[in-house]
Amino acid sequence: MTRLRTPLLSLLLFAALGFPLVSHADELKDISQLMGQEQYSQALDKVNAYLAAHPKDVAAQFLKGVVLAEQNKSAEAIKIFTDITEKHPELPEPYNNLAVIYAEQGQYDKARISLEKAIKTHPSYATAHENLGDIYAKMASDAYDKALQLDRSNSRAQTKLMLVKELFSRSAVVASSGVPAKPTPTPVMPTLSSPVVAVAPSQPPAPPAVNPPLQSAVVAKAEEPAKPKVEPVQASADKASSKDKAPDATSMTVEKSKSVTAKEEAKVSKEDQSKNNAQEALLRAVHGWAKAWSARDVDAYLAYYAKDFKTPNGESRSEWEKMRRERIRKPASIQVEVLNPKVSIDGNHATIAFKQSYRAGINSMRTSKTLVFVKMGEKWLITQELANH
Amino acid sequence: MLLPWNATAIYFADRPSRLESFLHGTPRQIEGLLVRSLLETTQGKLDAALSDIDEVIRAMPNFKLAYLVRGDLLQAKARQISGFGSAPNAPRDEIADFQDEARVRLERYLSREDAPAQPDYLWQLDEAQRHAIVVDTNKSRLYLYRNDHGQPRYVADYYVTVGKNGTEKQSEGDKKTPIGVYFAGKQLERKKLPDMYGTAAYPLSYPNEWDKHRGKNGHGIWLHGTPSNTYSRPPRASDGCVVLTNPDISSLAPVLQDGSTPVVIVGNNPVSQAALKAERERLMGAMEQWRRDWETQNTEDYLARYSRDFFSEGKNFKAWADEKRRIQQSKSATSIQLSNLSVFRYPDGQQQMAVVSFDQDFKSDRLNSHMRKRQYWILEDGQWKILYEGAV
Repeated sequence: MTRLRTPLLSLLLFAALGFPLVSHADELKDISQLMGQEQYSQALDKVNAYLAAHPKDVAAQFLKGVVLAEQNKSAEAIKIFTDITEKHPELPEPYNNLAVIYAEQGQYDKARISLEKAIKTHPSYATAHENLGDIYAKMASDAYDKALQLDRSNSRAQTKLMLVKELFSRSAVVASSGVPAKPTPTPVMPTLSSPVVAVAPSQPPAPPAVNPPLQSAVVAKAEEPAKPKVEPVQASADKASSKDKAPDATSMTVEKSKSVTAKEEAKVSKEDQSKNNAQEALLRAVHGWAKAWSARDVDAYLAYYAKDFKTPNGESRSEWEKMRRERIRKPASIQVEVLNPKVSIDGNHATIAFKQSYRAGINSMRTSKTLVFVKMGEKWLITQELANH
Repeated sequence: MLLPWNATAIYFADRPSRLESFLHGTPRQIEGLLVRSLLETTQGKLDAALSDIDEVIRAMPNFKLAYLVRGDLLQAKARQISGFGSAPNAPRDEIADFQDEARVRLERYLSREDAPAQPDYLWQLDEAQRHAIVVDTNKSRLYLYRNDHGQPRYVADYYVTVGKNGTEKQSEGDKKTPIGVYFAGKQLERKKLPDMYGTAAYPLSYPNEWDKHRGKNGHGIWLHGTPSNTYSRPPRASDGCVVLTNPDISSLAPVLQDGSTPVVIVGNNPVSQAALKAERERLMGAMEQWRRDWETQNTEDYLARYSRDFFSEGKNFKAWADEKRRIQQSKSATSIQLSNLSVFRYPDGQQQMAVVSFDQDFKSDRLNSHMRKRQYWILEDGQWKILYEGAV
């Protein structure tokens, strides 16, 4: 929840704030859809065409800024967002997006100032607060490096790379999860089914008490732009293990999401009760796995892997374990969330495809991942871990 | 945010004016800002603290402790602070070093001494000694005094780094700083100086006569600066040298160019000021008596001023006494004048000692001589006795 919000995600809040996105919904919807499919140059053409007809449309200007940012055209994106802040200083999102771009360029002071302006316009703008915290942490890290002269040159370069991919290209990167990217035979990642602009500020999943509904709505969508349904790890893990609890807002959401998942997954037959049980067990496993990883509890984490787990580079199990241990112990904190898991079961074998949100310090990234499970006795164990492109 | 100096900072809170005066002392401006930032941190004024520490860093872009403090302040703003030196995966020993540096710098400010006085080691300065230095190894502090008609007057004080393994140097390579009375020699040629000694280095006269007599060895104990990659080093980090920041050693250049500035390096041996004053007078009296006994060729009274442990350039007490008895047999008319006298109380933990230096004019019908002499005096059973005597 605390990673740097990307421009695209802020667009959602922008829409949620009721900016006239809706009035031109169809055209802007198309553009957003193109962006969702990473077809940025087409999206840019369309948004330019739209702006030629509606030059004063702030939502379209904002959208263009986002497209440019996604295309790494930072200078142009900065100019657009700066223009919007001048004409609409009351909007926090352009400031926030400026900050994200500045941060990407390593200009933390500028990023900080920009976020402070965003907060000034909306003191309870949670995204800006979170981003500001990350900026401070990054600046602190720089200061510590100078104090201690830690050799972080390697990890620094890596950080930047990951940020670039995370913020602007949104393609799968697995470097920080320690598993080298590996193409899978069949694409498991679902294509964007609903355009982001069409997402209504719907039921927020477990909103923080202090946040007004609007922000929660954004948070909810930020989790998974393609799908309105979200399963925060904790909530769904709880849900999976305590189905009989009194239904609160969170479990309602999860419940719904699960049934959607189940419907979409043709292989899962609704009639087959044992398969439903297996599905629950698998969901428990994947969330437990993410939880152990987040807790940096390496032993618990490794316990989710089968003895004959196929290591990503064919290294020995002990080598792989050693590497995982190092990578998981290294960051001060890790947050891994499993979003939108899709389960396929075939006898004692199963796969779970999901979006993995990974965050360690300021490094954060979103990956599409597939875990291949095998059932050993009563337990589902991971035999293969695949990153999808 | 839990900081070890939280308690003392309260003391500062009701005396803000002290900090202002602290800030305006020239060598302390940087340190003053650092201290203010630390104190503001303990008071929860993070923005003010950050602004001060940024000013420190602007002035001294290689001040690592300042960066660590900045890191902590930013971590605090990011709400990820866990204590002093919150850097993830930071080596704990390095953090402890920084904490020590912050502590000694802060303690210097918080100390109640308005004019930090260690001059109880500087009993008398001679005319040529325009300045004298006292290094307090416990406080990681170098105090500079100027000579005001033979009496020391405080000028400034500086943060210093001393030996990794502490003090009381015994032998080569023990990485300890010697305790004693030394003199700083002329600046070492800069071209030959590796970067780790900073912008200037002055050799100290370790081992001195008393050190050698006790079998202490080792060499190359210097006053020097810091390597270019850092503004300062932790309080205990050198191989025995006394290390200043480069700006500080530069500011001492006019003082040290004399090539014979006294440097008294002290450890932990507190003595009552009143007792010291009395001992100083008694020592002066004993010296005058010694001179008079010698002048009147009253050989046995003169020799009674020497310790049984006396040593001098290969001679012990017996050899010295035999020679004096032989030479002074004739009791020829003699005049002895002492001038340019300097007296330093010796920072020895076990016994009361003093190092005196003077010009000696000896005139008799057989011999006229002028020489610079040094003596070590020791308090034995309430009597000041000469432990060592030799030419300088």
